[in-house]
Amino acid sequence: MPQFANIAVSILFDGLAYAMFLFITSVGLSVTMGLMGFVNLAHGAFAMAGGYVVVSLTRSYGVGFVPALIFASILVGVVSIPFERFLYRRLYRSTDLEQVLLTIGLAFMAIAAFTYFYGPIPKSVPLPGWLQGDVNLGFRAFPSYRAFLILLGAALIAVLWYAFERTNIGAKIRAAVDNRRMAESVGINVDRLFTLTFALGSGLAALGGGLAIQLFGLTPSFAVIYLVLFLIVVAVGGLGSLKGTLLAALVLGVFDTAGKYLLADAGGFFIYAVTVAVLLVKPAGFYGRE
Amino acid sequence: MTAALQVESLNRAFGALPVTRDVNLTLERGARRALIGPNGAGKTTLVNLITGALKPHSGRVVLNGEEITELSQADRARRGLARTFQINQLFRGLTVLENLCMTIGERDGNCNNLWRAAGSRRVVIDEALDHLDALRLTDDALKLVRELPYGRQRLVEIAIALAQKPRVLLLDEPAAGVPSSESHLILDVVASLDPDIAILIIEHDMDVVFRFAKEITVLVQGAVLTQGTPDEIMNNEEVRAVYLGQEGHHGGHRGGRHG
Amino acid sequence: MAASETISATERERARERAAEYLLKRHRFRPAEALPWLVAIAVFFLFPERMTFGSQVLIMVMFALSLDLILGYAGIVTLGHAAFFGIGAYTVGLAAARLQWSEPISGLFAAAIAAGVVGFITGWFLLRYRGLTLLMLTLATAILLQETGNLRSDISGGYDGLPGLTFNPLFGVFDYDLYGHTYYLYVLVALAVVFYFVRRIVYSPFGQALTGIRENVRRMHAIGSPVHRRLVTVYTIAASIAGVAGALFTQTNAYVTLTVFDFDNSAKVMVMLILGGTGRLYGAFVGAAVYMVLEDYFSKLSPTFWQFGIGLMLVLAVLFARRGVLGLFESAGEYFAERKKS
Repeated sequence: MPQFANIAVSILFDGLAYAMFLFITSVGLSVTMGLMGFVNLAHGAFAMAGGYVVVSLTRSYGVGFVPALIFASILVGVVSIPFERFLYRRLYRSTDLEQVLLTIGLAFMAIAAFTYFYGPIPKSVPLPGWLQGDVNLGFRAFPSYRAFLILLGAALIAVLWYAFERTNIGAKIRAAVDNRRMAESVGINVDRLFTLTFALGSGLAALGGGLAIQLFGLTPSFAVIYLVLFLIVVAVGGLGSLKGTLLAALVLGVFDTAGKYLLADAGGFFIYAVTVAVLLVKPAGFYGRE
Repeated sequence: MTAALQVESLNRAFGALPVTRDVNLTLERGARRALIGPNGAGKTTLVNLITGALKPHSGRVVLNGEEITELSQADRARRGLARTFQINQLFRGLTVLENLCMTIGERDGNCNNLWRAAGSRRVVIDEALDHLDALRLTDDALKLVRELPYGRQRLVEIAIALAQKPRVLLLDEPAAGVPSSESHLILDVVASLDPDIAILIIEHDMDVVFRFAKEITVLVQGAVLTQGTPDEIMNNEEVRAVYLGQEGHHGGHRGGRHG
Repeated sequence: MAASETISATERERARERAAEYLLKRHRFRPAEALPWLVAIAVFFLFPERMTFGSQVLIMVMFALSLDLILGYAGIVTLGHAAFFGIGAYTVGLAAARLQWSEPISGLFAAAIAAGVVGFITGWFLLRYRGLTLLMLTLATAILLQETGNLRSDISGGYDGLPGLTFNPLFGVFDYDLYGHTYYLYVLVALAVVFYFVRRIVYSPFGQALTGIRENVRRMHAIGSPVHRRLVTVYTIAASIAGVAGALFTQTNAYVTLTVFDFDNSAKVMVMLILGGTGRLYGAFVGAAVYMVLEDYFSKLSPTFWQFGIGLMLVLAVLFARRGVLGLFESAGEYFAERKKS
């Protein structure tokens, strides 16, 4: 392949994989913020926790990578429920600032706890054979892991889209995001809905955390370092919007990858420049509501 | 003579839903006009358009002969347009006196001063106390607004609007939410307002309307149904239909029983 | 309700006077206000070997004070306040390293102006937004400044920074000594000057307007307040002060790196202020001092334990002590006042 096209394809491919990671981890945050207006900065900690569960399962218990991912997602999703019911619920009517502070406090506690048990050194996961190396598509070879990530992301997008647009529960969620009071008055149990979406979102975050290990390595500070990215994706995409989160993840993922490929050192620039540009023009994000 | 407030062909929609349709309205100096209409008619929306909280899609708003359609809320307020809100919008964590001093400070530009202590301008404090005296709120001057019963908070809401020394005053259901034992206080205040101020009052209570208003505008589904003196309105067939739900705009085509 | 209608004229006069008195006297210095300064001076004599640490505490107090103007008084939540600290720090750092300009006091002024200009420009654009949008915009701005510095690491020294800066003696006479005594007093005087300005602003009609914006911005618009202009003004002032704090940081450390722009820094100063109590002027003093002292002690013991402790403190503060340490004191005061009444 010609040099230029080769680079472009690499950028698109890596960018797409990165975007899938961003989407999977951020979509839960977008929906919960859109649904309950609750700023949850501990979301990154759930992702980090998921990652460590995968590490423990694969390294200490010999569980396969994919089963470990599934188990970690479910475990973290379930564990997040008492947090929502007993802690977060008390702050639904509080100011943004208080929610920020509480959840940041939780994130710090989580980071400290995981540092204590796992240490600060980056962890990796043993991957099954079929996820290592490259997959050859004829005109080019692509890293198998990232191809897997893209396919998994696409599958999840399809499932989530179906769940949102075609099921009863999805309709209720969309209604409650659109107008919570209205939804309550037509008999939708918004509290229970929120617990459900929160658990789902945290589970997906854990999945994203598990998937991220191979991409970035895992340390406890993952919880806050990548939190900024998740918040950016959510803000740029628009709260409560599946479409928006996806579009934002794609735009930011590809731009960031392009920046890092083409301008090495200056690469980090792009994702923040794009964020500022989008928010100045559309303060509620691509598909947010003013 | 220039009217105090003139609204010309004001239009506004929320998405596909028109909420203000070609509204024309004039307030002369010293006007006492009531704006009435069924729930959802768009009365508060109209007030929001006049004060600048909302921008119209078309039409003009003219204040004392000056076109203010493009001006911000704050700019309009400084030109003598004041309003009260249907639900109190007060500085709840501050004392009543501070609420008033702030209003006066913004009005006369005092709040541009970063250096002198707020308390050093005795003139401002005295004027604030005068306004409180007029509304019998002096005893509550040092109480935090959120500690006052709702009825007295409502009086503070009106005090703030008056402290702006407005030439046009828009009152959005001033007695709303006030227990009926106290609402006469509010209404007495409204009745005794400076005769030079042009006042538009949104109101549901017909007794208040007929007691206070010299002219009435009836708004239905965002459009002016009719305007006139209280007598004319009281005897207007269409208005009665709207309020009593016989034929006409709402009732008509519901099918089923016959009247 | 009926009673107030039959109140006599003299009683009303007296009520008026009482109300006026309260407002007239509010801005006067109270004896308790001397306390933090006495403590600061006492520390100078009692802990002469901890002067470098003491200077850093005072610098953080100044930084937190600047944030209080925006967060505590105007009620604007941002995540990028470290940007202005960083600009101030680098103004002095670059002037010393690249332009051989090492006069300390003019450095402070230059830092204030540089940070103020950036504060004015960014504030003018960004303060039209609120909530998550503003949080992200301010965060992104700080990171962009950091990345810009990283881009030209040949100038800025990148994350390794500009080490080994030297500064002229103050007024050409007072040289800094190994234990930082001179610098401690220098920072203390700077803090006192800044504090005087901040205190005047807070008690001025402008300061009142800021509180109004925080309490009910809708009402402010309705009474004719030029809200955006007020916010940009206070944001610019706060940025300048943060810049001075950053400049002092570089001067006292003789070293600056790009980490001054870190989100960590913005978060830290916010935590300090919240713990001390926002909108109370002295919350910055209490919060910064308590935080720095605890951090100094615990992070030496175990950084992990410190991080856990800070997280726990935040959670407990939000759940039980929303108004910070000063708020707790106030509540205690109110409680005892009630008890005394009954």
